[in-house]
Amino acid sequence: MRIALFATCIVDAMYPETAKSTVKILERLGHEVIFPKAQACCGQMHMNSGYMPEALPVVENHINAFDTEDYDVAVAPSGSCVASVKHQHPYLAERLGKPELKDRAKAVGARTYELTQLLVDVLGITNAAEQLGSYFPETITYHPSCHGMRSLGLGDRQLDLLKTVGGITINELPEADQCCGFGGTFSIKNADVSSAMLDDKVKNICSTGASACSGGDASCLMHIGGGLSRTGAKPKTLHLADILASTMEETVSL
Amino acid sequence: MTQVFLGMPAGGQGNLFEQEPFPQAAHRELGNTQMRKNLRHATHSIRDKRLKVVGELPDWEALRDAGSTIKNNSMATLEERLLEFEKNFTARGGVVHWARDADEANKIVTELVRATGSTEVVKVKSMATQEIGLNEHLESEGIDAFETDLAELIVQLGHDKPSHILVPAIHKNRTQVRDIFLKEMPGVDPNLTDDPSKLANAARAHLRKKFLAAKVAISGANFALADTGTLGVVESEGNGRMCLTLPETLITVMGIEKVLPQWEDIEVFMQLLPRSSTGERMNPYTSLWTGASADDGPQNVHIVLLDNGRTRALADRFGRTALNCIRCSACMNVCPVYERTGGHAYGSTYPGPIGAILSPLLTGIEVEENGSLPYASSLCGACYEACPVKINIPEILVHLRGEDVDAKREKHKLPTQMDLLMKGGSWALGKGKNIGLLEKALPLGRLAAGKDKKIKKLPGIAAGWTQSRDIPAPPNKSFRDWWSDTKESK
Repeated sequence: MRIALFATCIVDAMYPETAKSTVKILERLGHEVIFPKAQACCGQMHMNSGYMPEALPVVENHINAFDTEDYDVAVAPSGSCVASVKHQHPYLAERLGKPELKDRAKAVGARTYELTQLLVDVLGITNAAEQLGSYFPETITYHPSCHGMRSLGLGDRQLDLLKTVGGITINELPEADQCCGFGGTFSIKNADVSSAMLDDKVKNICSTGASACSGGDASCLMHIGGGLSRTGAKPKTLHLADILASTMEETVSL
Repeated sequence: MTQVFLGMPAGGQGNLFEQEPFPQAAHRELGNTQMRKNLRHATHSIRDKRLKVVGELPDWEALRDAGSTIKNNSMATLEERLLEFEKNFTARGGVVHWARDADEANKIVTELVRATGSTEVVKVKSMATQEIGLNEHLESEGIDAFETDLAELIVQLGHDKPSHILVPAIHKNRTQVRDIFLKEMPGVDPNLTDDPSKLANAARAHLRKKFLAAKVAISGANFALADTGTLGVVESEGNGRMCLTLPETLITVMGIEKVLPQWEDIEVFMQLLPRSSTGERMNPYTSLWTGASADDGPQNVHIVLLDNGRTRALADRFGRTALNCIRCSACMNVCPVYERTGGHAYGSTYPGPIGAILSPLLTGIEVEENGSLPYASSLCGACYEACPVKINIPEILVHLRGEDVDAKREKHKLPTQMDLLMKGGSWALGKGKNIGLLEKALPLGRLAAGKDKKIKKLPGIAAGWTQSRDIPAPPNKSFRDWWSDTKESK
């Protein structure tokens, strides 16, 4: 399969290893990965902050970058950005009175997948150790990010895949389904409430005794990691793509 | 000569307003540790109960779809439904009154009470009358209104405001309730303990006298059925049944969006509502009445049909489904923001996620601080998942943020920091080559992070982030550049 990688802006600029891990996993399965260079961002920050006209160039750019025939599916290591592509892009086009853009947005959204959605639903991966050679001998806990869980309906796909990684121990996160408090510009506009939510997430992570918290969204992990770092807590954060890409030969270190 | 101010609203809209920006109100409420403890305990136990009873129904999702469809149809034909209801309610001996806003509704109710000669009314818990500020208005007109729902009574005796639409005193624990009773309830046993059954008995003894003496009752309604002209109230304590049957005059205030097309529709809502609100399979008391019945129950039966911004909300094509709300409160019970700030932070009668969309939809986004309400959410989506009529609250929150920014755009001469950030972001993230260009500066960010590879303080609005979170040092090279160097040079 020819797979177009949508790296997402935050992974591209801040967590390039996670995008490399995504490429590794897919190439290991024998697929060809392409990276449409025109891509930049899904525009979610603009839309969720209410800046709709300002979001338009960003959304149009994404649709132009991915509205081509030369790939089978697009994939992103993020539930949130994929949910934006699928649900918010058509909304924005409709709001701003662009029916043609809305149709194209829907077409792009229909073949864009979150990483574990692609791995499980399309590529039939059910055992990461056997099918991907994933090996990660650490004790981790897992935070299901809201947009993946609720907007995309990922269910337990991410956690189930992590459970099948060789050598891994997963300690259950108390109140896992509670938002970490990130919410994009919510974290600065309503910094106090966001911090109160983060505080509970950090405490719950620390209570598991895990050495890392994993998840499927780099932005939530940056938020959680920022809170862990500020409180001097030991656990690190690590995207699930990095864990799935880790092998016996090339083991990712925390 | 009457003066007409063109462009000004004709009357007041009551209690639909956030008076200070939400972040400011939230900051204050977050400091109330007792309230947060009470609320965490209460919301978490209602959540568990709801999940349990919802899980019992194999067709829960189909029920939600049915509820959503019935409401959408009803809203699409609202005018017809209301006229049909008026015809049938009137034919059965009821009297229908129409109110454009809170002021008009308050005036109508006051005149109706006056006409009975009574200066006291008993009340069934009602969101519509909270919304219009009816109790305060009646008081100013020399009429005493007594709340008969236990939690409303606690709030009223405590000179407090409700903080939740279903459990108005959710922010109080039982010791605080006991203290309010001891201080404010006439003739209360001075040895009253905080045992819940003792507290309930104290309230019962206090209220019984009111029920038996009252000549006028005021209620809200959970629904009106157009095809029969029937009104319905769903409740837990039986106080509603007393108010709806004992007095001679019954006045109901109901938002126009509560009308359902037909009798059969309540089958769906009687399954959705109790499970979503109190986490019960069925509520203890459901009262239905159709006009007046000779020699039984109230003989003077009135309904005030209230607009108060509902037609404005209906005109918003992206926001109108907010009117489908059946006031179950499931969204606030699961909301992580509400759980921490409580209901008072939202200012309006309607707190939580539904309040954050409903209040600005009813009043317009530019009024008071209602423009700050749609931002009171991390967009986690727990509300949408819990909503029994599938109102896509996160989508409407985002839509209303757009309305807020557009409204302020016209007002502000100088751009705010956020405006500038978003404008810059629009350029930077609008082209692959633009973000690529900026990423060349990533090593500078590494330099700023210093030895421990953490950025701990950011200026301006970004300081909100660094008040409780570090930012890791950026990488030396973006993925984009790595791809060019590694994959394309092969």
